[in-house]
Amino acid sequence: MTHHAAASAASAGPGRRLAIYLHRRPRLRLGLLLAPPLGWLVVAYLGSLGVMLVSSLFRVDAFTGKVVPEVGLANFETLLTSEVYRTVTVRTVAIAAAVTVTDALIAFPIAYYMARVASARLRGLLAVSVLLPLWSSYLVKVYAWYVILAEDGVLNWMLRPLGLSGPGYGDVATWLVFSYLWLPYMILPIYAGLQRIPESLLEASGDLGARAGTTFRRIVLPLAFPAVVAGSIFTFSLTLGDYIAPQIVSNTQFIGNVVYRNVGVAGDLPFAAAYATVPIAIMIGYLLLARRLGAFESL
Amino acid sequence: MGASRTSRVFLRVATGLTLGFIYFPLAIVALYAFNGNTSLGWPITSWTTDWFGRAFADEGVRNALTLSAQIAVAATAVAIVLGTLLAFAVQRYSFFGRETVSFLVILPIALPGIVTGIALNSAFRATGIPLGTLTVVVGHATFCVVTIYNNAIARLRRTSRSLEEASMDLGADSFQTFRHVTFPAVRSSIVAGGLLALGLSFDEVIVTTFTAGLQQTLPIWILSNYLRPNQAPLVNVVAVLVVLISVVPIYLASRLSSDAGNVASGTR
Amino acid sequence: MKTRSYVTFIAAAALAVAACGGGATPTPAPSVPASVGAGEGRLDLVAWPGYVVGGTGGEQVEGYDWVSDFETASGCKVYVKPAGSSDEMVTLMASGQYDGVSASGDATLRLIKGGEVAAVNLDLVPNYANVFAGLKNRPHNTVGGVAYGVPHGRGANLLIWNTQELGDSLDSWSIVFDPTSKAKGKLSLYGSPIYIADAAVYLMATKPDLGIKDPYSLDDKQFKAAVDLLKSIRPNVGEFWADATKQINSFAGGNAWAGTTWQYQVNTLLANDPPAPVKAVLPKEGSTGWSDTWMISAKAQHPNCMYKWMDYIISPAANAAATVYFGEAPVSKDGCAEAEKLSPGHCATFHAEDEAYFSKVYYWNTPSKTCIDGRGDICVDYNEWTKAWTEIQG
Repeated sequence: MTHHAAASAASAGPGRRLAIYLHRRPRLRLGLLLAPPLGWLVVAYLGSLGVMLVSSLFRVDAFTGKVVPEVGLANFETLLTSEVYRTVTVRTVAIAAAVTVTDALIAFPIAYYMARVASARLRGLLAVSVLLPLWSSYLVKVYAWYVILAEDGVLNWMLRPLGLSGPGYGDVATWLVFSYLWLPYMILPIYAGLQRIPESLLEASGDLGARAGTTFRRIVLPLAFPAVVAGSIFTFSLTLGDYIAPQIVSNTQFIGNVVYRNVGVAGDLPFAAAYATVPIAIMIGYLLLARRLGAFESL
Repeated sequence: MGASRTSRVFLRVATGLTLGFIYFPLAIVALYAFNGNTSLGWPITSWTTDWFGRAFADEGVRNALTLSAQIAVAATAVAIVLGTLLAFAVQRYSFFGRETVSFLVILPIALPGIVTGIALNSAFRATGIPLGTLTVVVGHATFCVVTIYNNAIARLRRTSRSLEEASMDLGADSFQTFRHVTFPAVRSSIVAGGLLALGLSFDEVIVTTFTAGLQQTLPIWILSNYLRPNQAPLVNVVAVLVVLISVVPIYLASRLSSDAGNVASGTR
Repeated sequence: MKTRSYVTFIAAAALAVAACGGGATPTPAPSVPASVGAGEGRLDLVAWPGYVVGGTGGEQVEGYDWVSDFETASGCKVYVKPAGSSDEMVTLMASGQYDGVSASGDATLRLIKGGEVAAVNLDLVPNYANVFAGLKNRPHNTVGGVAYGVPHGRGANLLIWNTQELGDSLDSWSIVFDPTSKAKGKLSLYGSPIYIADAAVYLMATKPDLGIKDPYSLDDKQFKAAVDLLKSIRPNVGEFWADATKQINSFAGGNAWAGTTWQYQVNTLLANDPPAPVKAVLPKEGSTGWSDTWMISAKAQHPNCMYKWMDYIISPAANAAATVYFGEAPVSKDGCAEAEKLSPGHCATFHAEDEAYFSKVYYWNTPSKTCIDGRGDICVDYNEWTKAWTEIQG
């Protein structure tokens, strides 16, 4: 190695010299690799998050509407005493959980089919058809459901002859719309995760006498579980923070609606920031749990 | 070992139903693109193709589409650079705080968009950076990094270093090795991650609202045009066109990322 | 090392926020210009969607353009940032990147108090002389006799109802505010904290002993009454609308039978094919309304262009074009004459010259601790309205 380096150093161009220089200094290499992304993330993102969270301790002056930098817990007091914030938080978390479970149940069969049953060509086609809706606008999809769920809309038009009626707008509609919107985000990780299971494991299980059901339950599911958790990160967090869809297909509030309404410097950024700590705390807790369950390797 | 016959049938039916569920609202959108009425009532009573002509002629649509595409490409490019650097650093070295990096990288996309939006907005205002295309790209790149990072690191884990060592033994320096050996091995995973990043950026509206100045990306254009009923059918047309236009690139890109992926991972 | 520098950064950032936040004393308004010079070549505006259409950077709508003429005459290229709500407008103006804003009353006082907008020298806006008397010196844009802008137009919030379900002649807000209303579950109300004022208007007529004189000046007792009224009808509400499209489709699709609306939705519903079975009226109790004001930023980079714009947008032809498109009343008699050419019957439909009609309309204003009706510092400010609204919506 050194022999080569010495020989090539003599006739080295600048690129090669730089490569040799870096090769001898692993810590410098590491620093150069880490500096741009971490610098960006820590300074730009964490820094601005920190500033926002600090402002949750301030309050807004009732006369001028400007932020008064006096540290106090008034905002958090309001959050704890007024019942509506608990209701909104519970509603948001409950629907986020329901959406996650729903999407996991719907996504698994199609992901399994794509990963282990379909032919290679069909698999490619299916992957594209699952990816494609991600490119149609989120807002257009929500409005499509708004139209479908209307009193005289498509769904009721189809169900009325059968004597049934659709859910109309409300929390059920929000659950339905969110389950629809985030489905591809659940299908893709599960698909990737199921693909990674080596065929040999399943064959071995069969050789040892397990039937298909047992193999599925005891080999496939545990191996695919981290991928399911990975997908759930998306479905849970995207539902937790959304405020646009609830405004359109429901008249109840989500966490995002309350934060959005309070935001604005001459509005009440401190209070909005204070309430925003709730979904932040929930998500960080969820992420820690997901990491424990191995989801980060399956994203 | 394949699935039994009943489970194959079940899987086929489930797949069909799921695809139907996925495309049903899109079919409704496509139907409304031909709606002669400006309101969104059902059933549709009059049909017209006028809106397609108007969509092509409308300058606002063209500008919004171009801007969204430019921002998506720029944000994805930045995310690719940052995500790849980070993946290499985490996979190849051990350092203090290594475990927290993957946690940190996923935060921008895991935390509610409104939180990221408000935080970035306050930061830009506090440092006096005017809101514009650059700030939008910054915002998008921040939550797109994770898609590249995760894909790249997953692939790096499965790539053995012996090829690189052989390359160096044969006299290549680290830059040459990277260009000829390492990068081709991870390239398809980066493409796959980049594709997802492009989609994420193209359709993002919440963070964009807080980081854009006068710019109208496509989602913002849609948001503001749905507020005016005369323009609502135009929005449906644009949505349909965007989906149709993106079929080919998505197909190509997914072929690119899956072919090499199968070769490298060694499954099946 | 990492932790220490992180903490230092946070501390520095907190100081920065503190510095930017300012103190409790309002910043004094900048001095008002004495003349308008040549245009600076560019104008950046924040406006409601549909207010600035055409030109270089206005919203591009096929067949409509009242901005290009301004650009040719003044040399100022116009760029607009449409905003969907008053809160958004306040936030945008705080960035200091825009020259002017078309602010509704629930934003104007916040902007004035926050020092984001400057007083206007009305002598420099010749067309202001022709503005209807009923639109001059309104409390939502005139503070202490000092004017802060010029009006764009005005409109009332009307009662709309489905004639098939609720009959032909309704004339009272009771269909909305009576908990036993026949429109249970089918109410469509405006989804903003400012709507508490509409409940206050109803209480002005039904509970006069509360002593409400101005629906935006509510002391604690009056505020609680209005909030309780809204909470009592909350189970009857089908939707809270923020954009016209949603409400139009709710009435067209049968999800809404009664509610608060703008003339714009009514016109669109009646122009449907087939026309929706709706009717709208200004109820006997009166109603809230809005009159947006063009205001100039205190940090305007292009103040001359902004003054030229303010004069232009209230000139008859431009005002007619803008108000006919959006669906509101023009601000001057000549504006009405021009509007008749574009859309016969426009001014009659929007009661543009009917001061008696607008005497029952309480234009949106910004509630603040200092009562707008002059009773002192006993009123509830907008932040509390916002918190109460969150509780009402549930």
